[in-house]
Amino acid sequence: MSDFTSGFWSVYVAGITLAGILGCGVLLWLTSRKKVKAGADNSTGHVWDENLTEMNNPLPLWWVGMFVITIVFALLYLVAYPGLGSYEGNLKWTQADEYQKEVEAARKELEPLYAQFAAKPVEQLAGDPNAMAVGERLFMNNCAQCHGSDARGSKGFPNLADNDWLHGGTPEKIKETITKGRIGMMPPMAAAVGTPEDARNVAHYVLSLSNAPHDSVRAQLGKAKFVACGACHGADGKGNQAVGAPNLTDDTWLHGWGEQAILAMVNGGKTNQMPAQEGKLTEAQIHVLASYVWGLSHKGASTAVAKE
Amino acid sequence: MKIIPITPVDGGPGGGPSQGLYASESKVYPRSVSGLFQRWRWAFVWLTQIVFYGLPWLQWGERQAVLFDLGARRFYIFGYVLYPQDFIYLTGLLVISALSLFLFTAVAGRLWCGFSCPQTVYTEIFLWIERKVEGDRGARMRLDARRLDLQKFSRKGLKHLLWGAVALWTGFTFVGYFTPVTQLGSEVLQGRMGSWEIFWVFFYGFATYGNAGFMREQVCKYMCPYARFQSAMFDRDTLIVSYDPGRGEPRGSRGRKADPKALNLGSCVDCTMCVQVCPTGIDIRDGLQYECIGCGACIDACDTVMDKMNYARGLIRFSTQNAMASGGGRDAILQRVLRPRVLVYSSILLVLTAAVMVSLAMRTPLKVDVVRDRAALSRIVAGGMLENVYRLQIMNASEEKQRYRLDATGLPGLSLASEREFEVGPAESRWVAVRLQIPYGSAAAGSHPIQFQIDNGGDAHVREKSVFLVPR
Repeated sequence: MSDFTSGFWSVYVAGITLAGILGCGVLLWLTSRKKVKAGADNSTGHVWDENLTEMNNPLPLWWVGMFVITIVFALLYLVAYPGLGSYEGNLKWTQADEYQKEVEAARKELEPLYAQFAAKPVEQLAGDPNAMAVGERLFMNNCAQCHGSDARGSKGFPNLADNDWLHGGTPEKIKETITKGRIGMMPPMAAAVGTPEDARNVAHYVLSLSNAPHDSVRAQLGKAKFVACGACHGADGKGNQAVGAPNLTDDTWLHGWGEQAILAMVNGGKTNQMPAQEGKLTEAQIHVLASYVWGLSHKGASTAVAKE
Repeated sequence: MKIIPITPVDGGPGGGPSQGLYASESKVYPRSVSGLFQRWRWAFVWLTQIVFYGLPWLQWGERQAVLFDLGARRFYIFGYVLYPQDFIYLTGLLVISALSLFLFTAVAGRLWCGFSCPQTVYTEIFLWIERKVEGDRGARMRLDARRLDLQKFSRKGLKHLLWGAVALWTGFTFVGYFTPVTQLGSEVLQGRMGSWEIFWVFFYGFATYGNAGFMREQVCKYMCPYARFQSAMFDRDTLIVSYDPGRGEPRGSRGRKADPKALNLGSCVDCTMCVQVCPTGIDIRDGLQYECIGCGACIDACDTVMDKMNYARGLIRFSTQNAMASGGGRDAILQRVLRPRVLVYSSILLVLTAAVMVSLAMRTPLKVDVVRDRAALSRIVAGGMLENVYRLQIMNASEEKQRYRLDATGLPGLSLASEREFEVGPAESRWVAVRLQIPYGSAAAGSHPIQFQIDNGGDAHVREKSVFLVPR
């Protein structure tokens, strides 16, 4: 697809380029035919302002030869590569192609290394310092933008270094999360819960589940309304990893702590998405990353496994 | 009132035969010469080339002593491991080189051009090969004038073969500064050089072959920028190659036993030896010209002839414009050496050299960069603490594995919540994630300056500033 808004520009660019190159050639030819008189003192014979003269120091022919080579090279280049407007060039070179080639070459070069890594299971790989160095760099480049350089996340971005998992913390589940991404969706529950007062009561009940400071009267009132929430979060509020519903009885508050935060979730709902990495990263890379992430919450265990 | 014509008037001092704007350059055949300056030239050839060809083969411990590892971005110069961040030393080196050039050019003219420039050095080497294979000036001119026959072909062929060998060895050595030369050597022998290595060996070799074999004085005359502005660094007390017309003119040939004064002749016997030995093909008797590279070959040649004629040496000699005008000798020249220009260049040079050397000697073999996390500016964590995340790039510029200890200060209650000690390998650069915490509410909202201290308990101690952000 041409970048030009109209066909005129392509012709314009090509025309000016070729005219310029041709002009260089014409200039060389014209000046090669020019003759000046060379006096004994090497001057051209013209006198300005009574006594100003001009010398002629001829340019060496090899220099002229280099100019000619430049012109020929330019023409050959413009036949082979894009430069004359929208003409693609005989070799059909594009920046995107060149980039793809380099990515492929890099992938090929790294294949033996990654093959080594892919052969080991996640638990063992987490104890391999070389693999974890690679994993750390992969994490820093691809995951740290959301999950933080130390993987402990921030508001809305889960902490990967603890043992609290929304969708499951087994190596397979971690790999699945990285590969396919996740969409955690909580629908707005205001209607299901009832009145705004009901919503506040439910919020206090939820606070009570984790033994946080709460209003016990409101909590009692809210317990009955919690049934609507239990469909996803479980009747005991311990969460459901199959749908990514968080455990409400622990200390981890991904979207904020306190009555206001819980009310915001209940009334507004939340869709929290992690992008899939499967197009961006190879399977082997995801394997290494999964080991790195698993290793963050299994610091001692991984090295013990590696020693076996 | 006289009106000065503004259009050019034809028929001035010129009016000779016509000449084009381009002209073919005729080849220069320098005749061989022996003497003081020729010995100095060869001393410099040996000195510079022993250093250039020899340095890559020196070892420092396990590695090459001088190695510029572009791929890993580490530059090894004997005991030093320099990072790209140490570029300032290269700048310092370049400034020192430039100032030295200005200094000795102001004192003694184109010493660089005539004695130490790679162009002049390689031209000398290639000319030596040419002389050995084809003979001296006369023999070379006759060989070129001959029609191509077997003998000419084999002579020329041998010369180009030898030139090619020297050029390839030069290219190989050049690449040996970037790829360890022993590794490069085994790659060559096994026929598996990398494509870029092949390219650079041949590119540099071709440049050597072309410049020293063919271009020679054309580089000095047309390509080199230094040739054009060197005259700006001269003054009337700069030593230049000077022909003494007062002593030499009128020139003319005469017998050895004849008395020049009786014949009304100067010392110059018009042997044209000075023209024949000149590598740039000029006649120094016309006065100093910009093509003159100050090599002193004409001085050596003329002195040899003066010796044969039993005349005093020095008809062509290194002298200054002031000394030539006043008729003074060595003492007059020496008196003017320590003039303001020279003293200013020398003092700046001294200060800079001392500064670079001191800076290198006191260099800390550790560099640290602090990069704050941008996505997670600040977060509340369990235990009522406010946390900021940073990444520290720890660059170990020594060649031993180091253990570094991290401290953070600047806010009351500031504590380190991640690992305090970490290991970094030799010449390695590592990114480390660091978490700092303060009790929630202990600092006002906004940005607070803090300081990281990284220490290896020995010679490496670095402080880096950063900020701790407290959200509103």
